[in-house]
Amino acid sequence: MIGTALTDLWYGFGVALEPHNIVWCFIGVLVGNMVGVLPGMGPLATISILLPLTFGIKPVGAILMLAGVMYGAQYGGAICSILLNLPCHPPHAVTCLDGFPMTKQGRGGAALGATVFASFVGASWGITEMIFLAPVLVKVALEFGPAEICSLMLLGLLAGSTLARGSPLKGVAMTVLGLMLGIVGTDIETGAERFTFGMTHLDDGIELIALALGLFGIGEFMNSVNQVSTVNAKYAKVTLKDMRPSKEEMKRTIAPMFRGTLIGSLCSLIPGTGPTIASFVAYATEKKISKTPEKFGTGMIEGVVCPEASTHSSVQGDFIPTMSLGIPGDAVMALLLGALMIQGIVPGPQLIKEHPDIFWGLVASFWIGNIMLVVLNVPLIGLWVKLLTIPYKYLYSSAMFFVCIGVYAANNDMFQVGETAVIGLLGYVLLRLGFHPAPILLGFVLGPRFEENFRRAMLISRGDLAVFVERPISAVFVALCVLLIGLQIYVRLRGPKKPLVPVSDKQLLEGAE
Amino acid sequence: MILFGLVMALKGPSYRMGTLMHMGPGFLPTVLGVILIGLGIAIAIASLAPSDEEEEGILPENREWWAWTCILASPLAFMLFGNYGGLAPATFACVFVAAMGDRGMTLKQALALSVIITVFGVSLFHYVLQIPMPVLEWRG
Repeated sequence: MIGTALTDLWYGFGVALEPHNIVWCFIGVLVGNMVGVLPGMGPLATISILLPLTFGIKPVGAILMLAGVMYGAQYGGAICSILLNLPCHPPHAVTCLDGFPMTKQGRGGAALGATVFASFVGASWGITEMIFLAPVLVKVALEFGPAEICSLMLLGLLAGSTLARGSPLKGVAMTVLGLMLGIVGTDIETGAERFTFGMTHLDDGIELIALALGLFGIGEFMNSVNQVSTVNAKYAKVTLKDMRPSKEEMKRTIAPMFRGTLIGSLCSLIPGTGPTIASFVAYATEKKISKTPEKFGTGMIEGVVCPEASTHSSVQGDFIPTMSLGIPGDAVMALLLGALMIQGIVPGPQLIKEHPDIFWGLVASFWIGNIMLVVLNVPLIGLWVKLLTIPYKYLYSSAMFFVCIGVYAANNDMFQVGETAVIGLLGYVLLRLGFHPAPILLGFVLGPRFEENFRRAMLISRGDLAVFVERPISAVFVALCVLLIGLQIYVRLRGPKKPLVPVSDKQLLEGAE
Repeated sequence: MILFGLVMALKGPSYRMGTLMHMGPGFLPTVLGVILIGLGIAIAIASLAPSDEEEEGILPENREWWAWTCILASPLAFMLFGNYGGLAPATFACVFVAAMGDRGMTLKQALALSVIITVFGVSLFHYVLQIPMPVLEWRG
């Protein structure tokens, strides 16, 4: 078992170390690191913009690069939080609480150094978990029939929409909306056109890129235009020498680092609870265990290290269900799956077997990418901070061009550019109404496969819905779904729910959104 | 409360579209439509119930109508100029329109930015990545 995993990993390194793959991986983490620092440009928007550019390269390179953007952004987000008190990305909102006070005390470099180290440990653990867990999951998943796949997807969708931020009801509504958007176009089995309103452009369905860029690109720009204030880079001067934490600080970081890693990996195993929740739980835990909880918020290194380690461990862990089962845990994963599908690769349990180069190459590239990031972070911090002083007005208007050309280049179709604008407007309205657009993407990517498997299951069982509860594995998933819904209702009905995080944290989180 | 009207307006048409389809290809859309209606009503009820949380309006406090229009007009400009003029004017128009949305942007800055992005964009996408779109061509 361990032996085969190691051979496969060795093979993966072989793939990831091919020169062009290294280059793609490097570009990915570099771009990711950059956008991680920039406010108003999330990894989602970046991955969608880069997506059309990946059509020309081989699937392995494409996925390595896009994944690199994803975890590269996590490192960048930490820089921003600690040095500038800007929670650019939700998972790093809690890092601000203790990271920025440390910067004010002149220990920002140390906080960063410790963070980079903790992140690397967290990520390594997540990768190790992926190496050993994914093949086991796949073995189980290969036994699945359409009914099991269907109920598993249902569970994934429910978890993804209810456990994420905001009201669970709204989350589910958005998932359903995503499923409906996925229906647009020609029906795979009967060839009937659905919801195309007579527009031949819509026959092939809504383009994933148009949807993603509309929701997370245009929608996001509309939200942040004229809102982003100039950055105060007063404290953001860090030299290499500052980055080494003192011995005492080192000692204090070790235990929180491992606690954070553990929390992160647990959170990643529950579908739908991504890095954001992991980092909040980690901070709360650390505060609870600490002997001096009242000191949190004044620059405790534990409060920086633990959430960061958990974020990274959970980001890597999120890849497990995505890659082994084809069930994405959040919108970024859904987008990566979409990228695979565009390349003609069917995600699911067969992926590891049929495309070992993708899976093991990806795993190996995680390590390579993480090492690159650790090395990169040190000299580049100054550059990123400079980048931050570029006013948003230049940034978003240039990004608009990349959005347009990206959507156009996907199919050389102008119609889709308009489509993106419409979706962007819709996305912004929904955002203002308190609906989070991320579950839409989840539903959109899973929708067609859900429908296909649902129909197949119905065909096999001759239209008997009982098949979902009669087959044991499927029944377990259905039971989990019911449990999840029940739990949500129970929590709601128990009266005023206690907020998971203290008010000040919550405000920060809202500020980050 | 504000949600009520909008949610229903949003979900209503989806229902009709759902039921118009026949069984077979229309089965799932119909089911989804019904579920969405249910959710819409539930959300509406939830938002009707008194809550101590401060109700956030649809519009943020500072309304950036001009900026929003500019951002939405930007891809449309790209479409229009892309169809009739080619990549270069399309890029220029797209960036320029979007840039004018920001309050702090001056005409000069916007022009400069658009020119830079146009040069950069055309060289990257047309010459390096070879996107099949003419740089400059008048198709009336």
